[in-house]
Amino acid sequence: MHSFATLRQLSTGLENGEFSAVELATHYLALIASNQQINGFITVDEERTLAIAVKADTDRAHGRATPLTGVPIAHKDIFCTQGMLTTCGSKMLHNFVAPYDATVVYALDQAGAVTLGKTNMDEFAMGSSNENSFFGAVTNPWHIEHVPGGSSGGSAAVVAAGLAPAATGTDTGGSIRQPAAFCGITGLKPTYGRVSRYGMIAFASSLDQGGALTRDAEDSALLLSYMAGYDKKDSTSVQRQDQWLTDIPSAGIGNPAEKLTIGLPTEYFIDIDAGYIDQVRQTFEQLGHKCVDVSLSHTDVAIAAYYVIAGAEASTNLSRYDGVRFGHRCEQPESLHDLYQRSRSEGLGAEVQRRILTGTYALSVGYFDAYYLKAQKIRRLIAEDFTAALTQADVILTPTTPAPAFRLNALTKDPVAMYQQDKFTVPVSLAGLPALSMPCGFVEGLPVGAQLIAPAFREDLLLGLAKQYQTETDWHLATPQTHAGSA
Amino acid sequence: MNWQSVIGLELHVQLATQSKIFSGASTTFGAPPNSQACAVDLGLPGVLPVLNQQAVVMAIKFGLAIGAKINLNSIFDRKNYFYPDLPKGYQISQFETPIVGAGNILVHMADGSTRDIRITRAHLEEDAGKSIHDLFPGQTAIDLNRTGTPLLEIVSEPDFRTASEAATYFRQVHGLVRYLKICDGNLAQGSMRCDANVSVRPVGQEALGERTEIKNINSFRFVERAIEYEIERQIDVLENGGIIERETRLYDEIKDETRSMRSKELSEDYRYFPDPDLLPLQVSESLLTQIKQSMPELPEARRNRYHKDLELSQYDATWLSADPDVAEYFEVAMKHCGNAKTTANWVMGELSAHLNRYDVPIEQAPVSAVQLGVLIQRLDDQTLSSKTAKTLFEALWANSPQSDTDALGDSDPSTAIDAQIQTLGLKQISNSGELESIIDTILADHPQQLEQLRNGKDKVLGFFVGQVMKLTQGKANPAQVNDIIRAKI
Repeated sequence: MHSFATLRQLSTGLENGEFSAVELATHYLALIASNQQINGFITVDEERTLAIAVKADTDRAHGRATPLTGVPIAHKDIFCTQGMLTTCGSKMLHNFVAPYDATVVYALDQAGAVTLGKTNMDEFAMGSSNENSFFGAVTNPWHIEHVPGGSSGGSAAVVAAGLAPAATGTDTGGSIRQPAAFCGITGLKPTYGRVSRYGMIAFASSLDQGGALTRDAEDSALLLSYMAGYDKKDSTSVQRQDQWLTDIPSAGIGNPAEKLTIGLPTEYFIDIDAGYIDQVRQTFEQLGHKCVDVSLSHTDVAIAAYYVIAGAEASTNLSRYDGVRFGHRCEQPESLHDLYQRSRSEGLGAEVQRRILTGTYALSVGYFDAYYLKAQKIRRLIAEDFTAALTQADVILTPTTPAPAFRLNALTKDPVAMYQQDKFTVPVSLAGLPALSMPCGFVEGLPVGAQLIAPAFREDLLLGLAKQYQTETDWHLATPQTHAGSA
Repeated sequence: MNWQSVIGLELHVQLATQSKIFSGASTTFGAPPNSQACAVDLGLPGVLPVLNQQAVVMAIKFGLAIGAKINLNSIFDRKNYFYPDLPKGYQISQFETPIVGAGNILVHMADGSTRDIRITRAHLEEDAGKSIHDLFPGQTAIDLNRTGTPLLEIVSEPDFRTASEAATYFRQVHGLVRYLKICDGNLAQGSMRCDANVSVRPVGQEALGERTEIKNINSFRFVERAIEYEIERQIDVLENGGIIERETRLYDEIKDETRSMRSKELSEDYRYFPDPDLLPLQVSESLLTQIKQSMPELPEARRNRYHKDLELSQYDATWLSADPDVAEYFEVAMKHCGNAKTTANWVMGELSAHLNRYDVPIEQAPVSAVQLGVLIQRLDDQTLSSKTAKTLFEALWANSPQSDTDALGDSDPSTAIDAQIQTLGLKQISNSGELESIIDTILADHPQQLEQLRNGKDKVLGFFVGQVMKLTQGKANPAQVNDIIRAKI
């Protein structure tokens, strides 16, 4: 086994008896223990991991194996895991143990995947650098002085560093795609409603979506096939039958069935140096696809609308963290008001407080129409932009981020500049569409990503096209160990 | 100055679903504290609400019953405020688009007059938990069992002019929701709670006065008293040159007064917005049709039937139809004896008096509806006099082995009752020979009174009838006694 193996390679190794699930888990646990400087994990429970691996070996021996049985993965610490800490990167939940599994966790457990641990993240998924974690910043495996992106920074970093073959993540405004791009791996944000949000701690309910951070598109497809599905516990999850999704565990994801038209939105190429996207475009054209310019005219107001809507939803989603029933409670409260005020001030970090305050403001009497309603109108316009563009093109291609991973502490003093890091990922989230980021080159020694966007529930187009790209190129095979400039 | 009071009510009706409105936890009342609150009710991180369809069906039933517009698309909103018994920090409710739109309820007052009350809306929402402040000194205990219990909040226009109208409406809605079987109607357990908005204005003035809101009243009587007190208080304040401030008040039933709870000026901005965890609620035409077809006979229809078909007075028809259990009892008894008027008199008179005196709900009355039907039959066929009928009723109330077989008709209930009439010797003396000899004796014993009677002093007739009834222990038929005496003088 090698540390940068894909889920499928590990699955084959287990199937062929090259190693056992216990050996595999032991291998990864040792790697995790000896690579602490990345700070990618918040919780690792070796005993628990090994117990699951033992069961996986038994299941496999008895012919009860799925492709994931015995394969290790990591979960973003936003997914509730029964009997194991779920902190959401916050002091508020530093002691919270959920009495239930998130539907995503349950589904992957049922498939036999072996949980290595819970990955670090920006507190309550609010951040683009993973610097907003109560458990400390995560560093980029490609360069120790750079951020891994966020909020699924821990998941991206541990996969990029080879400490886990794959990880779950969540994406509200780019929290899977941006760290995947910064860490040189593949990240999939499925269509809103594709993956159950039950047990996934809410940041902005109308935007949050669980997804995968993996070494390549095929692995993302494999994880998606187990994570996706209607869940009666989540009223916003969608009931549908997609044969291509059902076929993934046995047949993988196929190349695109025909030649596609790929749209490049002109608004995404203003003032940025994205020569690496030209190369992606050339590769697609060599593969016979056609590239055209499209327009997404409301792109420039997306960030503003996003921070109003996400903040508004977050401001009430996070009201439950009040020190009354679970989580952090201040010492010696003198009154109910004091209990609320100190528990929340102590338990929630600065960025979380900022978003609660802006969101509360946006929903207040007298400001609701000017902020919340206007933001919802913009959201509709953005969705209409995508609908129009996706009638001219089958898939949209953009850079995932305006620039590669920035240095630690570079933007912490300037939240608005930090928010701008999400300007290419946020519009897709507002439209609820599926998008994937795949590694496509290096800028200044740091990986960069290309974002593919498809119509709702057409993850097959994204995965197929990315797989085809990854067959032609080897950016996804680069690792911090092989690449110059790595730490 | 003459004042007019203006009152609007908000009724919170706990819907009788098996499980909560957004979770699978049970809604049974009286379980140990916090034993019926699941992860969703506790607002634990990551949980999501899922709407209980049963609550939707119940809300629609109510809407149809008051002729309201059913909104096929309605929205659940979050009402945000912090309180320890509100685990999520927001209540899921319906703000701009409720499931039930405008409707009407015709309120029947005791004097036979009616008031047409406009219902603004009725919406679905979740109940909060309970804070118990007097259990542990210096601490507040929180019981989250009630959290997430489905509520239908019924909002009226300010169409009431007296406390009695408001209380009568409350009572009538209580009957209606029980007809519809959407609420158990148990006021003592908080199944229906009332908030009253009260203001006063000089008679003739169009503009409404500033209002106060009296929160959480859970009995018909207290609603009436609280509103009456509040009207008087407001008039008193205004007549003494003061002003009414918009505020929330609480009714103290022990002191019989309302007192200020919090000023609306300081009240919170609830920051309503659509709950992104729940899709807009869509009601299909087919579900609506299905519910329409399953609607029971409503109190208003039953009332009209009693008045028109059974020829009961308006008052009796209203009285008997208001409560589904009373109406059911009346109909069973009435069908058995075929005498609507007498059955109405007995249910509203003797039975009702006993139920009140012993504080027994009608569905647990020791005298079953069938037994009362037989009793009325025996009155009608003159086996019993009205006096002995009452004696029989007392006997049945005191020791009737109430059995279900009575109602099911497995054994003839009249057999048992006839036996009891025999045992207790309640059979009316209808043999005129026997009566005549008794009357002769009495007349002979009271020559003075007989003389007066003969001289046309009719009042004395009553004295003789009384004597006969006394001697026969009420078993004589007073009309028959009357006739015999008249014939003899």
